[in-house]
Amino acid sequence: MSGRDVVLGRVRAALADLDPDRPADTAPREYASQVFDDEVAHFCTMVADYRATVHRAGSAGDTVEDGGGQPTIAAAIADIMGAEEARSVVVAHDLPEEFLAGLPVQGDHAITVRRDGPDAVLTNRELDEVDAVVTTARVGIAATGTVVLDHTAGQGRRALSLVPDLHVCIVFATQVVADVPDAVAVLDPHRPQTWISGPSATSDIELDRVEGVHGPRRLHVVVA
Amino acid sequence: MTSRSGRSEAQPPGAGHGALHHPETDFPHAAAAALADSQLRANLAHATATIRDKRAAVVGEHPSWSGLRAAGAGIKDDVLARLDTHLTELERRLQDAGATVHWAVDAADANRIVTDVVTATGAREVVKVKSMTTQEIELNEALAEAGIAAWETDLAELIVQLGDDAPSHILVPAIHRNRAEVREIFLDRMAAVGVAAPADLTDAPAELAAAARAHLREKFLTARVAVSGANFAVAETGTLSVVESEGNGRMCLTLPETLVTVVGIEKVVPTWRDLEVFLQTLPRSSTGERMNPYTSFWNGVHPGDGPQDVHVVLLDNGRTDVLADQVGRQALRCIRCSACLNVCPVYERTGGHTYGSVYPGPIGAVLTPQLRGTDSPLDKSLPFASSLCGACEEVCPVAIEIPDLLVHLRTRVADQAPRFDPQKAVFRALKTVMATGDRLAAAERGTGLARRILSRSGRVAGIPMLPSWTTTRDVPDLPEQSFRAWWEQRERVGDAGAAIDGDDSAVEDDS
Repeated sequence: MSGRDVVLGRVRAALADLDPDRPADTAPREYASQVFDDEVAHFCTMVADYRATVHRAGSAGDTVEDGGGQPTIAAAIADIMGAEEARSVVVAHDLPEEFLAGLPVQGDHAITVRRDGPDAVLTNRELDEVDAVVTTARVGIAATGTVVLDHTAGQGRRALSLVPDLHVCIVFATQVVADVPDAVAVLDPHRPQTWISGPSATSDIELDRVEGVHGPRRLHVVVA
Repeated sequence: MTSRSGRSEAQPPGAGHGALHHPETDFPHAAAAALADSQLRANLAHATATIRDKRAAVVGEHPSWSGLRAAGAGIKDDVLARLDTHLTELERRLQDAGATVHWAVDAADANRIVTDVVTATGAREVVKVKSMTTQEIELNEALAEAGIAAWETDLAELIVQLGDDAPSHILVPAIHRNRAEVREIFLDRMAAVGVAAPADLTDAPAELAAAARAHLREKFLTARVAVSGANFAVAETGTLSVVESEGNGRMCLTLPETLVTVVGIEKVVPTWRDLEVFLQTLPRSSTGERMNPYTSFWNGVHPGDGPQDVHVVLLDNGRTDVLADQVGRQALRCIRCSACLNVCPVYERTGGHTYGSVYPGPIGAVLTPQLRGTDSPLDKSLPFASSLCGACEEVCPVAIEIPDLLVHLRTRVADQAPRFDPQKAVFRALKTVMATGDRLAAAERGTGLARRILSRSGRVAGIPMLPSWTTTRDVPDLPEQSFRAWWEQRERVGDAGAAIDGDDSAVEDDS
C-alpha cells in the first residue's frame, strides 16, 4: 500500500464518527474589513509605522512638479537613489522607462541601470552586486501598511526585489485597499506573491526589533 | 579551517535541534533544572512580557477580533471534518501546477523522501527556512546521516545551530539566549563553517544581525536545494505560503533550483479566501505586528521565476491519531503562533526545553502527548504541566480549548496508570468514606488522632505514601474539631443568631 493510501485511509478512519452528510462550510464569518476615511493617508501612516520611508509623488508621466507641489515619480526615485548613494539599479524589463527618467546617466553620480527579463536573466551573483531595485506593486493595504507584489509587469521575478539591499516600490493611490480581505479579493492565488510590510526585520535577539537581515534593509515606498 | 570541536568546514556544528527529547526525564524534574537558571528566567520574563504587550495592543485595536477568531476556528474545523477531500484536491492542484507530491506516513518516511530528492540533485548541502515540521521529524539529523549538510537560515535557528543547542520557543527559538551569549557563539563558531563574524563584533542586535546576513548570503547565492515548511496550503488553488520576518524564507523559496516543502496534513485550508482570516490573526498573535514583514505565496512551478523543480511532502506522523480523538482533534487547528506560550505562567518560568519537544508551552503540552502517545515519563507528565488558568485559551486565535484538552489527556494518563496507584487508592477510600454522613462522621472523629501524629508546629509537612504531593506542599493543619462536631455543639448552645446571620438582609423583594 502506498503512503498516500495509508494516510488517506487513516484520515477516513479517524473521521468515522462524523455524519457523512454534514454541511461543508459552517465557519461563521462575523467580521468586517476595517474602514478608513482616507485609505491612502492611512496606508502612508502604516507604511511609515513599520519603518519604511514613504514618499508622495505626482502622477506618472509628469515631467515637471505638479500643481500640488509633489515631485514626479521619476524625480522621487532620483532623489531616493541620490540620498541612498546607489550606483546601480536593476528593474524588470517591462518597468515603464519614464520612472527612471530622472536618474543621472553620466558624471560622478551616474547610475547604471540593468534590465532583467526573459532574454537577459541576471544571475544571483549579479543581482547581489546591484545596489537597488525599483518595482511597481499590485496592491497596497491601508490597515497593515503592506505592499503586495504579484510579479506581473513592472515588478519582475521574485528574486529581483529580494537580493538588492535597497527596494524602491511604486504604489498608485488607486491600488490601495482598506484591509486584508479587500486585498485577498483582488489577488490571483495562481500567481506567485510577495507581501511586504516594512524592511526585513528580526526580533530574535531579546525581542529587540532590528531592521535588516536577509531581505532589503531599506524600503522606500513611492505613493503616486 | 576547523572549529574548536574539530568539525570540518562542510558540516554544520549541530543538527540544529538535537537533544530535544529526554523521554525518561519528566516535566517536574526538567523544570527544577530550568528554574535554577536565573539567566534563563530573566531572558524569558523579559521576552514574554514584551511580546504579550505588543500582541495585546494590535489585537485590541482590531474591531473584529472575536469574529476573526471564531471564523478561524470554524474554518479549521471544516477542514478537519473533510480532511481527505481537501488533501486530494490539494494534491491535484499542486500537480496541475507542476509540483511533485509525496505522502509520508511518519518521520522516517518523510526523511527518506526528502533525502532521496536532495540526493537526486547531486547537492551535498541544503538551505532551510525555519520549520517546526522538519524539526519534529528531525530532518537535519537524517540528512546529516546521508552526508548532506542542512543550514538553518533563520537568525534564531542559526544561533541555536551554531551553539549546538535546541530551540526553546516556536517564534523565537533562541529566546533563552541573551545578546552577550549570541555574540560569543558567533565569534566562536561562524568562522569554522563559512564567512566569519567580524573580530570587533559588539553585542548590539543590529551588528549581530549584520554578521548573520554576511554569513548566510554566500550560502543563499550558491545553494541548489532549499527545504521549507508551509504555514498554509490552499486546497482549492494549490497555493502554499510561508510567513516570516527576515527574508531568509524568500531567499530559500526563490533562489535555489529545487525546493522541497514539508507540510503537515493539518495545514490545509479549503479556499484562498480563508487566508483573509489567518493573515490577520497569525501576525497579530505571533509577533504582535499588524502584519509580518514578508509573506510568500507560490503554487508549484512558476516558469522563469524561482525553483523549477518543486516537491511537496504531505506528512501524517501521528496527526491522524490526534484526528481520531473526538475531543483532542481540535488541537490540529493550531497555526503555530505561540501566543499561548507567552501568556503561560508555567512556560514563562520553565522555558521551552523543559517540554522536551519542538512544540513547547500549553499547545505543546496537548499536542506532544497526542502525537507521540503517553508512554514515556515525559509525555505522561506534560498534561500536568499547567495550572489550568486558561490564559492560553483566551489568546488562542483559533480558540483551542487547551485547559479542557489538558484535563482530557490527564484522564487518559490516569486510566493508563497501574492498578495500585497511591493517588487512585486515596480517591477510592474517599469515595467510600464520603458516600454516607455516618461514615464521614466516623472518619472525622479520627482526625484528632491523625493531627497528633502528623502535625508539627502547626503545619502538616509530610504524609507517608504521598511524598510527591506533600514534599512540595504544606497541608494546612488539621482543625481541633470538625465542622460537624462544631455545628452539633452550636445547636446545643442555641446561639444561632450570633453565629450565622444574613438571612433577612441579603435579598429584598421589590415587587
